[in-house]
Amino acid sequence: MDTQVSSQPQKVAKRKIRVATTSLSGCFGCHMSLLDIDERILQLIEVVEFDRSPITDIKHCGPCDIGLIEGSVCNSENVHVLREFRDNCNVLIAFGACAVAGGLPAQRNHLDIGDALREVYCDRTGLGKQIPNDRELPLLLDKVHPINEVVRVDYFIPGCPPSGDTIWKFVTDLIAGHMPRLEHPLLKFD
Amino acid sequence: MSEIANTFTLDGQIVQFTPGQTILEAALDAGLYIPHLCFNPELKPHGSCKLCTVIVNGRSGSACTIKAMPGQEVQSSTPELDGRRRLQLQMIFVEGNHFCPGCEKSGNCKLQAVAYDLEMLNPHFPHFFPERPIDASHPDVMIDFNRCILCEQCVQTSRDVDGKNIFALAGRGMKSHLVINSPSGKLGDTDFALTDKAAHVCPVGAILEKRVGYAKPIGERKYDEQTIREQIAADAEGGL
Repeated sequence: MDTQVSSQPQKVAKRKIRVATTSLSGCFGCHMSLLDIDERILQLIEVVEFDRSPITDIKHCGPCDIGLIEGSVCNSENVHVLREFRDNCNVLIAFGACAVAGGLPAQRNHLDIGDALREVYCDRTGLGKQIPNDRELPLLLDKVHPINEVVRVDYFIPGCPPSGDTIWKFVTDLIAGHMPRLEHPLLKFD
Repeated sequence: MSEIANTFTLDGQIVQFTPGQTILEAALDAGLYIPHLCFNPELKPHGSCKLCTVIVNGRSGSACTIKAMPGQEVQSSTPELDGRRRLQLQMIFVEGNHFCPGCEKSGNCKLQAVAYDLEMLNPHFPHFFPERPIDASHPDVMIDFNRCILCEQCVQTSRDVDGKNIFALAGRGMKSHLVINSPSGKLGDTDFALTDKAAHVCPVGAILEKRVGYAKPIGERKYDEQTIREQIAADAEGGL
């Protein structure tokens, strides 16, 4: 490695782009798909630094350039996390069908949430007879919402999950300063 | 003796037509794609999805219902029209429960294929999340009314081709929905059969054959290899 870099001020390394990611009511499949870019993650890490993310140990989202959100909004904690990301990220991206459109978790929207909780926690043998009510636990919302029904979202990457190639195309377009574009065969809803 | 040529222009391209054809029919025959959903070449035009809206001689109208006339100047592939089509698609998506990741029609669905073609990335509007119960009363066919886009292809086919008149649209405005013509309102109480043509015309995942879901591997489904636009161009080339 060239240790003389500091003597050439015009070649100061560009500030790395800060990226935060999180999973709200997601299944972590979108994060697995993000890791599906395989060895390209070594290229990514040359220009990107990760802030709060399931793959780092940072507890709260600091000022970031890009926030990637997986999963829909299903409980009060999801709302807090999502707002924290919106407050700190210049560009907020919904990735995956859940964040974009509610996804399969939103299939509970035709059920009464009380009935659903009673069915799981009270009506089954071998379990207790009450719905967990500790204050530590976030309350569920009556309906599951895509994230753009809670905060403003800048970009959407559909797919359940979007493929590694799709995420790669989108994120590299964005980092290069292009208007990201997804078309066949990278654009999928399933 | 000069005859007027039976041609119009679509985005500047000359399109031949036979008198009586609509703009959409002539364009599809020529392999030129105008986005559409409720149109089925075997049925009467319906004009409900509005995706085929084009500008004809300066005025907008549905290409599926406007007759082709000599010398028309038709615009279809413009950024403005495609933008309006995307909005239209987004409205259709939020109106129903289109959970593609769990739908057996995914990959074979026209609504999805058109959304891919027009690069619709999100549904944009707040979701309605309708709560219409599924009808699984029939032994061979099930209906998920939350995916119905009210194109009336099943209504027309059952009435005019099968001669059974099993489906209808009822209600008004936002409450319009598909109903079954039986005293109980259940499909199982009609003489509907899997061999009926109406069992197979649904362009989305509303009317589905039971016990055959997910039969095609991903990659071999209808719109996996080629987009709907590429297929229509390829079909027309094969037919010539």
